[in-house]
Amino acid sequence: MTRITRRTLLSGTASIAAIAGLGLLARPAWASAEAAQEAVDAFTGGKKPETGKITLTAPEIAENGNSVPVTVEVDSPMTEGDYVASVTILADGNPNPEVATFHFTPMSGAAAATTRIRLAKTQNVMAIAKMSDGSVYSDQKEVKVTIGGCGG
Amino acid sequence: MATPKPRVKVPKKASAGETITIKTLISHDMESGQRKDKDGNVIPREIINKFTCEFNGTKVFECDLEPAVAANPYFEFSAKVPESGTFKFTWVDDNGSVYTEEQKITVE
Repeated sequence: MTRITRRTLLSGTASIAAIAGLGLLARPAWASAEAAQEAVDAFTGGKKPETGKITLTAPEIAENGNSVPVTVEVDSPMTEGDYVASVTILADGNPNPEVATFHFTPMSGAAAATTRIRLAKTQNVMAIAKMSDGSVYSDQKEVKVTIGGCGG
Repeated sequence: MATPKPRVKVPKKASAGETITIKTLISHDMESGQRKDKDGNVIPREIINKFTCEFNGTKVFECDLEPAVAANPYFEFSAKVPESGTFKFTWVDDNGSVYTEEQKITVE
């Protein structure tokens, strides 16, 4: 039998702690692709968004994940009969995928808005537009984040 | 956090029916609820959750904010100006506080 030294005891404890630690990681803190898809379905009512009409502008590389400027623009006449009702922004790698939802009206003049968002890490940012006639369009950009923006 | 202070940038004049650009900012930490203090306790969420812009009583633009909106929420958006009047901006805080700002515009 090998002598049980303090050294072997410590390394054994460390291995057990490491395995236990892995077990705690089983529930991820980040939104999963499923959470993001659920958020898309919640907004679109289950409809699959088409491409086109909406453009999401976001930097390729965000130096600071705490404040990433994003712009959404939707091609629409914005008249009483034909306008963009709302645009939602989702981030699939944040703790929660929802970021913001813009509600436009014919008084908006143009369906365009800019804001600044927090991104916890490199991920896809998606913008989905819902039109007054119920049709849904989306655009997506990957944003690389060097310093994450979740304050932790 | 000091009392949130709103700042808005609206053109003073416009032609009838022109679409103008409005910029708004409000100082607010937008505490996400994800951070922990030095003792390991979660700092509770406290954010601005809604921003509304109205013109002469009619809604122009609105935004529902989640914790992923950056601190000191900034918005840039458009508004069609049919006539002279007043823009009213409203920010609603999780804690129930409501902050407002107004700006007049003249149509010539």
